[in-house]
Amino acid sequence: MTELMEIGARNAAIQLRGVGKSFGAHKVLTGIDLDIGRGERVCIIGPSGSGKSTLLRCMVFLETYDEGEIHVEGRLLGYSVEGGVRKRDADVQVAAVRRNVGMVFQQFNLWPHMTALGNVGAALRVVKGLPRAEVDRISREALATVGLAHKADDYPQRLSGGQQQRVAIARALAMSPSILLFDEPTSALDPELVGEVLEVMRKLAGQGMTMVVVTHEMGFAAEVADRVIFMDGGRIIEQGPPSRLFSNPQSPRLAQFLDTWRSRNHSGSAS
Amino acid sequence: MIDLTALAEFAPAIWRGLLVTVEICAVSLMLGLVLGLVVALLGRLPFRPLHWLIRGYVEIWRGTPLLLQLFILYYGGPSLGFTPSAYLAGVLGMSLYTGAYLSEIFRGGFDAVPPGQIEAARMLGFTRLKTVRHIEVPQMLKLVVPPTTNQMISIIKESAVLSVITVPELTLTTTRIVSETFNVVEPYLLLGLAYWSITSLVAFASRRVERRLVQA
Repeated sequence: MTELMEIGARNAAIQLRGVGKSFGAHKVLTGIDLDIGRGERVCIIGPSGSGKSTLLRCMVFLETYDEGEIHVEGRLLGYSVEGGVRKRDADVQVAAVRRNVGMVFQQFNLWPHMTALGNVGAALRVVKGLPRAEVDRISREALATVGLAHKADDYPQRLSGGQQQRVAIARALAMSPSILLFDEPTSALDPELVGEVLEVMRKLAGQGMTMVVVTHEMGFAAEVADRVIFMDGGRIIEQGPPSRLFSNPQSPRLAQFLDTWRSRNHSGSAS
Repeated sequence: MIDLTALAEFAPAIWRGLLVTVEICAVSLMLGLVLGLVVALLGRLPFRPLHWLIRGYVEIWRGTPLLLQLFILYYGGPSLGFTPSAYLAGVLGMSLYTGAYLSEIFRGGFDAVPPGQIEAARMLGFTRLKTVRHIEVPQMLKLVVPPTTNQMISIIKESAVLSVITVPELTLTTTRIVSETFNVVEPYLLLGLAYWSITSLVAFASRRVERRLVQA
């Protein structure tokens, strides 16, 4: 059994061991152990300030971590160990380790000086150096995946928030990642635009994409996630399949979190 | 009354002065533009001593009169073993002066690019240099055209002080005509018209550039 777990860990898409992080004197992550399996869909929930976004950002080294180890597809992320001493990697090495990981941000972060197609194709052109025709083909394909083939020539400011986020997803997809991270992808959206983004994410989940999603969308988590992780105070408090976690929370903090969410959602659902 | 025959008489000399002003301004503004961009880019490197050096440059060159800087270059240069021609001192002085102002404008333009856009580029594998070139510079340029134009127009007008280090540009030429002929109104009218033509051209060109950048 332990042997099987070991093999599982080595095959993990992302593996975290004892990960900790502080902002100055403030400890934002403590002792995080987590394996994200290949093809697994993991949702991270928790109150704001619980460290869930920081954890996600650590998984791609957009934030450095101070303690523990993070392995992405078996390779140590962000640091090299030489003679027992840990040394921070250069940006190029970090980029190499996380090259199969795509990221979708809360604020979309599209580049306003490029069209939707330009945004999606930029990395193919600039980073991969693909010929123009191929860039165009892959970009249009990615835009079609998120249902925005007809918006290829529009600039981001002419698109709705939901469309912008879908372009951002297409931009990540164009680089054919094996792992996609989502940092509160629907939190900046008007309520009526959330659905179209979740629909695209559902589609990706159905295609076997490894996904880690920091979200407040409990419905989405319940429906799509293989595993839900509840964080509070920089720690993983509880995790498990959504059916168990949502119906039978073990920790009082999760129970309270779910209660708050339910009462807020019921009073709000009339609108 | 304005004497048209007098105008015709001064016009060729003033035209030559105009060409000198245009030439010096064009060269200095171009060099200043490049210098400002280089300084702004260097300021983004995570290297403290460089930041102090840049701060020092900007504060000194922006904080003292162009006239004084030209004096030091042209009249003070020889005692330091550097004897520039009036023309060279003029171009050098104006370029350094322009660079100090423009580097600050460009720095502001870079700072205005949201960090999230840079993170997005990094996550897609852009190197630092490629992020600057493809994400930061294009957006910075769009933001800085109006303030840069203002600054350039202001510096073109300030180029009049080149007359005190004997560069035969517009103002010096005109002042000589005035003192030789005792005609005051016509030469100065022409002088004003000449500066206004140059600055209008710059303003026109900048609007064209701005339109193209906004479309792109």
